This record gives sequence, structure tokens and C-alpha cells, in this order.
Amino acid sequence: MATEPRARPEFKQRDAEFSTISGREIDPLYGPDDLEPGLEERVGEPGEYPFTRGPYPSMYRGKLWTMRQFAGFGTVEETNERFHYLLDHGQTGLSTAFDMPTLMGYDSDHQRSLGEVGREGVAVDSLDDMEQLFAGIPLGGVTTSMTINAPAAILLAYYVLVGESQGVPPERLGGTIQTDILKEYIAQKEWCFPIEPAMRLVTDMIEWCTEKMPRWHPVSISGYHIREAGSTAQQELAFTLKDGFTYVERALERGLDVDDFAPRLSFFFNAHVDFFEEIAKYRAARRIWARELRDTYGAKREESMRLRFHTQTAGVSLTAQQPLNNIVRTSLEAMAAVLGGTQSLHTNSYDEALALPTEEAVRVALRTQQIIASESGVTATADPLGGSWFVEKLTDEMEAAAYGYFQRIDELGGMVEAIRRNFPQREIADASFTYQQELNERKRIVVGVNDFVSDEDEPTPILKIDPALERKQVDRLAATRARRDGAAVASALAELKRVAAGEGNLMPPIVVAARARATEGEMIAALQEVFGTYTESPVF
Amino acid sequence: MATATARKIRVVVAKPGLDGHDRGAKIIARALRDAGMEVIYTGLHQTPEQIAETVIQEDADAVGLSILSGAHMTLVPRVVALLAEQGVDDVLVTVGGTIPADDIPALKKLGVAAVFTPGSGTDEIVDFIRAGATERHEHGE
Repeated sequence: MATEPRARPEFKQRDAEFSTISGREIDPLYGPDDLEPGLEERVGEPGEYPFTRGPYPSMYRGKLWTMRQFAGFGTVEETNERFHYLLDHGQTGLSTAFDMPTLMGYDSDHQRSLGEVGREGVAVDSLDDMEQLFAGIPLGGVTTSMTINAPAAILLAYYVLVGESQGVPPERLGGTIQTDILKEYIAQKEWCFPIEPAMRLVTDMIEWCTEKMPRWHPVSISGYHIREAGSTAQQELAFTLKDGFTYVERALERGLDVDDFAPRLSFFFNAHVDFFEEIAKYRAARRIWARELRDTYGAKREESMRLRFHTQTAGVSLTAQQPLNNIVRTSLEAMAAVLGGTQSLHTNSYDEALALPTEEAVRVALRTQQIIASESGVTATADPLGGSWFVEKLTDEMEAAAYGYFQRIDELGGMVEAIRRNFPQREIADASFTYQQELNERKRIVVGVNDFVSDEDEPTPILKIDPALERKQVDRLAATRARRDGAAVASALAELKRVAAGEGNLMPPIVVAARARATEGEMIAALQEVFGTYTESPVF
Repeated sequence: MATATARKIRVVVAKPGLDGHDRGAKIIARALRDAGMEVIYTGLHQTPEQIAETVIQEDADAVGLSILSGAHMTLVPRVVALLAEQGVDDVLVTVGGTIPADDIPALKKLGVAAVFTPGSGTDEIVDFIRAGATERHEHGE
């Protein structure tokens, strides 16, 4: 090898081994001999198959990424105010965080919701809440992302009806709803139904949106939560793409044409703090998706092969100690996402290891993106790191690691079966435990946590959620129940159960029930009567 | 003393409430198990009633409640009260997760022995539970 600096007498190093945060060993130097032949074909040009260098030819010269800060807390009025605040400060898209009961399909007055209403996001129980949430925001003029999975179909129905009330038809609504139920069973653990009926709902949404909502992304295939649960970058990449292929297969089995729905599938990745490894992950993701869509699933249109993704910086990398340091971590992570070619970005706020962010902390996070976009110069050319021997080698290795996992999952009978057997869950738990041990043994340093510790942490002001809001939301829900036509709700729920027991698409009866102001919890409970619920047998 | 050393320390690691953040709970469960304790991990989405029942049925020496949803001031008092109602007053109760500093004194006042916030080392937690549970063995059975 031309590049073996270890052989030189003056070569020395601080540690015996250097590795990425995912444990991938890194060589002292990379050169042209480290790369397999065929590099030009693997890398290609920006905007061309296999899209390693980016989904578009001009990248950020043409259009910056969408700055999309995830927001939601308390009541719909408070979140609506935060939305207006963010739009006024130059944010270009909305992103809604729902509270735990909403994510799990419980109404705010359910016993299980006690103490959780409005804590981690905004509480939405019915169409009344959704109308308040987007009050004064013209839905034809923004794109909205909604982070919800098991009950996604219901929230989509509410959103479509809010659009309708503003005179914006479904075909003009732009945005994304997460809907990625497989990663819930793998990592985030917010579910309502067993896996198979949940997969049917996802496929129903893909089918319905393909026909009615050409500007909407019905699924955001997400690695974010897999990474937050403690996975490596390689696991995040592999499990996410495999989830994506599984949705493609279900939609094909439904009889859809891959080129009709694949262009509307989008992705959501984590940006962790190991800079080059993350960049390699995004580049490998585009290349693998393009190849598999073309060669395995028969896509003909480039649009179907072009992977586009949202990124969020890693919540798990934030420390409660010396929280201002998190601004620096987030900047590095955001920079990796941009150099990796992201289409939209959420930057975490520095106080999020402590609580939901304050307005001031959110502003700094948004400004971080604006500084990268306007001042750093990294937006001037597409894929500035393309051709770096190191980055190309990492990209190739990332791809090989993903294919290694694909094979293991296929041997288990595919992703659904692998999840039933706890395979991805166990891989993640192992990786997460290994990392924690490395911190304990100080093989890895996290500044302020296991080195450079300071006893003089200034108290950080945190966002307080008023416990009275739970009562307020429960009262609002009671008012909705009192106002609506009870007979219309009952018949809509009966129809929903009838369709659920058969094989029809569930979106139309969900829209009817939503219009009758059936609550989210009522619709979920009706579906659970037919589908049942889910319990995991956890591994650790 | 002889019986105390013969019996493994039994710890219930529990996830009350609706949040699915189980990275920390699983790491702690594994670290306690690797330290030679008997660990019962409840899994996610447990009600306070389910947790109290598990603690009693398993005759646990300690219970660790992992909460990252902000609902700790509702859920922890309920678990503590349910244990007290059943006459269980010698189980070491610890809490882990995103707990604001301002809430820690109130939790301690309820009888929570320790609150472990983000960045706490597993060794620190293992040592704390071992010390507390050993004390229970010596005073109790």
C-alpha cells in the first residue's frame, strides 16, 4: 500500500486505535489505493443515478434546505403561537410534535393520559384541536411535517379537513407525516396495534395519498429514533433502508406501480456527532436506495430512485452538564447533515437534555442553521467532500455494512419477522450498552460528562409546562363531545369497524369519522376492537 | 447475614407512563444484571398499579423508575403511595431520566432515595443500589 504511514520511523500516535463513535476502526491515512475500482460509477454526478453526490444537480445553489424546527407543547394555542413565532423568524416549514397520549392513541381524558397531556408535545384529541393548532396559518402556503405513527391516518384526516375548511384541497397540501410503524416496534415503541394491521394502515395511506395527495409524503422512513435508541450509524442506515424496502414491497403487493408511489417516500436520519461517519451514511443511503429501487423493485423514473431526507441533530448527543456546549455539538452535526446533502433540517436546542426548549434556545438553534447557510460558504458547491479518499472509503464501508445487515434480516424472513424475533432490538441494545461501557471506562470522552467536568454549572432556565393545562384540555374535549352529533359519531365508528373487519382502504371511513368530530381515542379504540393491541417481550 | 449474602439482590426496572425512551432503562437493567443482581425489567407503558404489583410479587429490594416524558411528578407519587398502601416501606425507590433539578427535592421528600439524571454513570447507580439493598437485607429478612 502506498499509504502505510505506520511504517515510517517517526510515526507515533496517542492511542493504539482510533475508531468512529460506531466503533468502526479508522486508518491513519487514506489514499487512492484504499478504494476499489469503479469509483466514478459509484459516485456519479449530483442529481444523477446513483445520487451519491446529492439528489439535485445544483444542490444548495438552487435551493437551501428547509429549516424545520420541531415544535409542540401544552395546548394547541401555545403551539400555534410557537408556530407563528418560528415563521416570523424565517423558518420555512412547520413540524408538529404531539404529546404522548396523542402518539399512543389515547384521548386526554383517558386514565393512561394522566400527567402526560401536553408534556412532550401538543395534545390533539379531535378536529376542533387541529383547527386551533393551525389557526391563521394558510396551509396552501407552508409545508407541514407531523411526527406521528400508529394513529397517523387519523391526524392526516384532521389535517386534510383543516385544509378543506380553508379552501385548500388535498391535492394542494404539501408536507410529510411520519407513519413509519416498523421503527416504532424496533426503537421508539409507540404503537396501537399488532404489526400486520399496522402495516395495512401504512399501505392504505400510501395508496390513498398516491391517488389524492400528490404533494404529500405519506411515510417518512426514519432512522432518527433507531439511532436515539442507541444504535450505530451502520444499524441506523441498514434498518431504515430495510424498513423502506418493506413498505415498497407492501405497496407493490397492493398492486400499485412503483413509479407512482416511490417518489413520495421520504427519509429522516439522525445527525450524530461523528462528523465524517455521518456524511458517509447519507451518501451511502442515496446510493443503496437508488440501486435497489431500480434493480430490485423495477423503478423506471429517476424520481423513484432519488432518496431525499430530513435530518435532526442527535438528541442523544446532548448533555445535561454544561448545556451551552450543546450549541457546538449541534453545529457540528448540522454541518454534517448539510455536507451530506439533507433536504430539511431540525437543529436541537441546547437545553433539550433538561426539558423541552425555551423560545430563546430554539432561536439559537435556528440561527445555527442560518449561519451555516449564509456565512460558512459550504452551500456554494455540491458535495464538497466528494472524491475525498477518506469519505469515499467510509461511504463504501457504510454500504457494505448495510448489505451485511440486509442479508441477516432476509435470512430471518424479512424485517417484520426479524422484529418479531427481536433481532434489530437486540442489536441496538448491544450497541448502546457497549457505548455506555466505553464511556464508563473513559475509552470515549464526552466533554463535561466524563472529562473536563465542571462543578460550576450555572442553572439553565427551562420551559415549564403548566399542570393546569391538562384540565383545560380535558374540558375542551368534553365540550367537543357535548357539541357534536352523537349519532353521527356512533355510525361513523361502526362503519370504521366494518371496513376494518374487511379489506377495504381505511382512509375514507377515517375521514368520515374525523369530520363527525370523532376523537382520536375513539377511532383507535374502535380499530383495536377489530385488530387487537401489541405487547413486546423486551430484550436487554 | 448468611441469608442476606446467599440471596441475590432483586431489582425491578420499570418504565411508567407512555414514553418509549428505553435506552437508559435497558442499559441500567443490563449493568445491574452484570453486577450479579436479579433484574426484572417490566417493559414499556406500565401503569403505577402494574409496577407496584410487580415490586410486591417479585419481592424486590429496589425499584428503578425510568421516566423521560415529564410526567414524573404525577407517576412517581402514585407508585410510592401504592407501595405504602400495601405496607411496603422497605423497598429502595430510585428515579432516572430527564428530571429537572427543581423537582428533585420534592421527589426525595416522597421517599425517593436517589434521582439519576442524564450523564449518570452505571457504576454509580449499581453501587448505590447495592448499598441500599444490602442495608435492607441486614435490617429485614
